[in-house]
Amino acid sequence: MSLNYDQVIEKYEPTLGLEVHVELNTKSKMFCSCATEFGASPNTQTCPVCLGLPGALPVVNKRAIESTILIGLALNCSIAPYSRFARKNYFYPDMPKNFQTSQYDEPICVNGFLDVQIQTDEGEKTFKIEIERVHMEEDTGKSLHVGGSTGRIHGAQYSLLDYNRAGIPLVEIVTKVVPNTGKYAPQVARAYVAALRDILRGLKVSDVKMEQGSLRCDVNLSLAQINSGKLGTRSETKNVNSLRSVERAVIGEVIRQANRLEDGERIIQETRHFLEESGQTRPGRSKEKAEDYRYFPEPDLVPVVPDAKWIEELKKTLPEKPADRRKRLQSTWSVPDKEMAAMVNAELLDTVEETVLLGADPTKARSWWLGEISRIANDRSVAATELISVKDVAQVIELITKGELTDKLARQVVEGVIAGEGSPADVITKRGLKVVSDDSQLMKAILDAVTAQADTAQRVREGNIPAAGALIGAVMKATGGQADAAKVRELLLKHLGQ
Amino acid sequence: MSVRDNASVMAAALNKKEISAVELTNQHYEQIAAVDKDVHAFLYLDKEGALAQAEAVDKKRAAGEKLSPLAGVPLALKDVMTQKGIPTTCGSKILEGWRPPYDSTVVTKLKNAGVIILGKTNMDEFAMGSSTENSAYGPTHNPWDLTRIPGGSGGGSSAALAAFEAPLAIGTDTGGSIRQPAAVTGTVGVKPTYGGVSRYGLVAFSSSLDQAGPCARTVLDTALLHQAIAGYDNKDSTSINQAVPDVVAAAKKLDVKGMKIGVVKQLAGDGYQKGVEDKFNEAVAELVKLGAEIVEVSCPNFEYALAAYYLIAPSECSSNLARFDSMRFGLRVGDDGVKSAEEVMNLTRQAGFGREVKRRIILGTYALSSGYYDAYYGSAQKVRTLIKQDFDAAFTKCDVLVSPTAPTTAFKIGEKSNDPLAMYLNDIATIPVNMAGIGGMSLPCGLAAEDNLPVGFQIMSPAMKDDRMYLVGGALEAALLSKWGKPILDFAPKLAGSK
Repeated sequence: MSLNYDQVIEKYEPTLGLEVHVELNTKSKMFCSCATEFGASPNTQTCPVCLGLPGALPVVNKRAIESTILIGLALNCSIAPYSRFARKNYFYPDMPKNFQTSQYDEPICVNGFLDVQIQTDEGEKTFKIEIERVHMEEDTGKSLHVGGSTGRIHGAQYSLLDYNRAGIPLVEIVTKVVPNTGKYAPQVARAYVAALRDILRGLKVSDVKMEQGSLRCDVNLSLAQINSGKLGTRSETKNVNSLRSVERAVIGEVIRQANRLEDGERIIQETRHFLEESGQTRPGRSKEKAEDYRYFPEPDLVPVVPDAKWIEELKKTLPEKPADRRKRLQSTWSVPDKEMAAMVNAELLDTVEETVLLGADPTKARSWWLGEISRIANDRSVAATELISVKDVAQVIELITKGELTDKLARQVVEGVIAGEGSPADVITKRGLKVVSDDSQLMKAILDAVTAQADTAQRVREGNIPAAGALIGAVMKATGGQADAAKVRELLLKHLGQ
Repeated sequence: MSVRDNASVMAAALNKKEISAVELTNQHYEQIAAVDKDVHAFLYLDKEGALAQAEAVDKKRAAGEKLSPLAGVPLALKDVMTQKGIPTTCGSKILEGWRPPYDSTVVTKLKNAGVIILGKTNMDEFAMGSSTENSAYGPTHNPWDLTRIPGGSGGGSSAALAAFEAPLAIGTDTGGSIRQPAAVTGTVGVKPTYGGVSRYGLVAFSSSLDQAGPCARTVLDTALLHQAIAGYDNKDSTSINQAVPDVVAAAKKLDVKGMKIGVVKQLAGDGYQKGVEDKFNEAVAELVKLGAEIVEVSCPNFEYALAAYYLIAPSECSSNLARFDSMRFGLRVGDDGVKSAEEVMNLTRQAGFGREVKRRIILGTYALSSGYYDAYYGSAQKVRTLIKQDFDAAFTKCDVLVSPTAPTTAFKIGEKSNDPLAMYLNDIATIPVNMAGIGGMSLPCGLAAEDNLPVGFQIMSPAMKDDRMYLVGGALEAALLSKWGKPILDFAPKLAGSK
């Protein structure tokens, strides 16, 4: 008899801890000048340094330090006046030097916090997530184990190694334990990662694409009986790759651990892997015997001693906090809560703002991006912003406002732009999509319609206004949909004495 | 012109076009062909590359291009420095067959200066040792007595100089690997201030101690080479961004009047051979004659230097050598398509590393382990700070410090190879310099009475004051030369077939 989430949460209190790895978007790697572009052919972005060839030496990317300090400042951390890199020693084929240059007991940012809001049964509630540390390290290469049933190195026939990722700057953001979330642990975890992602995006220090791995989350979770005053043994679920997965991983682990405890078994301290399909986790490496990484200060690098003045300058460049910005935009644009949430969830807030900044009406900008364009994007499984530029959308909206396009025509224009037919102006010319605003041309069509449907016209003259619909339809058809329907209606009713 | 000439003499002859770089290079290959079967200083000769380089220098000279002072002078490169396309083994089986795809910064500078790189010289595996017996490719023999060691780890470089196979050589010094070989072969070697010469392309043994430096047969030649390879390098974070002291001018000055020279009390006595102490004291007396003032200084923490060194260096080496795992370069053992990556790594490291390297990897791995770190690595770092403080205090009382370079003259091959502790004691006087990151020079100060073998005189100068050791070394060398009437290497028995 296994317990479901609601049953578990009546009896157990979850404690969270979140470790987030962020790939910085610096042009070059952490310790060498190799490019960092995603998706290049394997091993084309490498050099003696990131390949760990004998004799090669690291040099710190100043931009990476700057980005890390910015992250620390945005997360209300103190910036250490003196911090050092350390070597984390372990063997793995995709680790070029068989040690990772990281930070250990002297990280660059410590003791911060991030407030996150979630909807609870009692309305919106704020949770303060305390940040233990933010530190810098380098990414490893990527290995692809071929021929085994599990995709893991054990049992594989051979492995392919790509060192393009080796040495890409990573920032690790570690929370302190997050207690007292109760049943909201999954939502809190998700909201934290989402808030963190927004901050990083606002700082422009990372692409924060979870699906491409530029933001990776490890979820630490333990359970204790409610009011026991104890902390349970934790598991560490690795590389949870979407916001939804963060939430599901917490739920999955809560249920798994509770049922183990209910069965009288103990929780093993281990890493676990999240399974996207089932929402469950499978065991990874045991951490019962703590691995000894033999950390020691990296002798090839000098300590990081950021100038206090530099930090002050960076502080001044911090962008508006995402939560504040959201509130400001919502009130200036007068957007209802639900629509605001939709915009944020669709990750289109920036895009809509950019469109508005180009002169578009906020409501129109929002409805175009979230409506028609998102619909096509969803059909094709691409991002809305990959289909059409902000500039083109702003232009289409401008033409609607000026009355040069109807909504219907505008949809065709957008379709044309997405199909690669050029700019909105190009599509309008090529497809001949101008609004027919010439009264005499419209009148001719109206007269034709009235003649053709004399009975209907007579009913309208007699006061049956809804009957005009059929006539308007005929006029619209005759003008190929390029007439403004409201205008047609006005002229028609006038002509029929109404 | 002969291979026995000094580099500065060769440079002058080249400049006056009395000899071409190609001829000079060929002369050295002839000498190598004649003597290296006995000495075994070289692991690899790049005759083709060297002659092409020499030809290019000759062309430039013929075209009247302005060349650097050492253009066309040959050099022997310690096999721990990468040179693009040329095998670099570090004296280890594990790197057999590896040809680095890049030049170390030192090599780039040498090439830019038109220095001809003859080949790569033998060394203790990964620079771990004091006798070159730890080379996986067999020992190098001391040209003074082929049954004796040429020092280590840079025994190949020092022997090449002493056997007139090259007038210049590059060494690296982690605990004395430039200075001790210089001492026991009657040549000159300098460990510059840490950060004075780029480490980019120096295959690391102990990153915080390793330092490449110049070796030659005279102080001036060493200074000329020092000037060619030193200076800030943005590829090495620990490189010092300051002007290189004018070591060449200092080597030529020959004036130590009024200089205060500190004799380190702790670097004498027990364990030092009598003939070594005698020659050292005579040299100090020469300095007094030249007008220098002698002060005795005490550096009480030097006593712990060797112990601390044998924690720090192995710790760093255990991490630095982790990359030799057979995955991407060098040796691969046991890859039969069945064994796992871990097994192949294991077998390769078992077969590829020698005993001393394994000993130090194990020692360092242990010292860095959780629960032992503070007691070993942590304490050793504290000792390091204390040694620095000893030097700082000493340098308030004097301009340079002096001591014998090594406690003994060259010992017999095999004599200490089964006694690591006795071997480690060879570096007792040189290690403090590395621990503090300051500069150190060894130059010959005579032959020990009991065995007629060369004795090294060590001069230590504060960080980035490397010119001071050249100043004192140049003056002392001149005084001793006039006392002896001929260069010290002329007292060595001539090798069969040698010029």
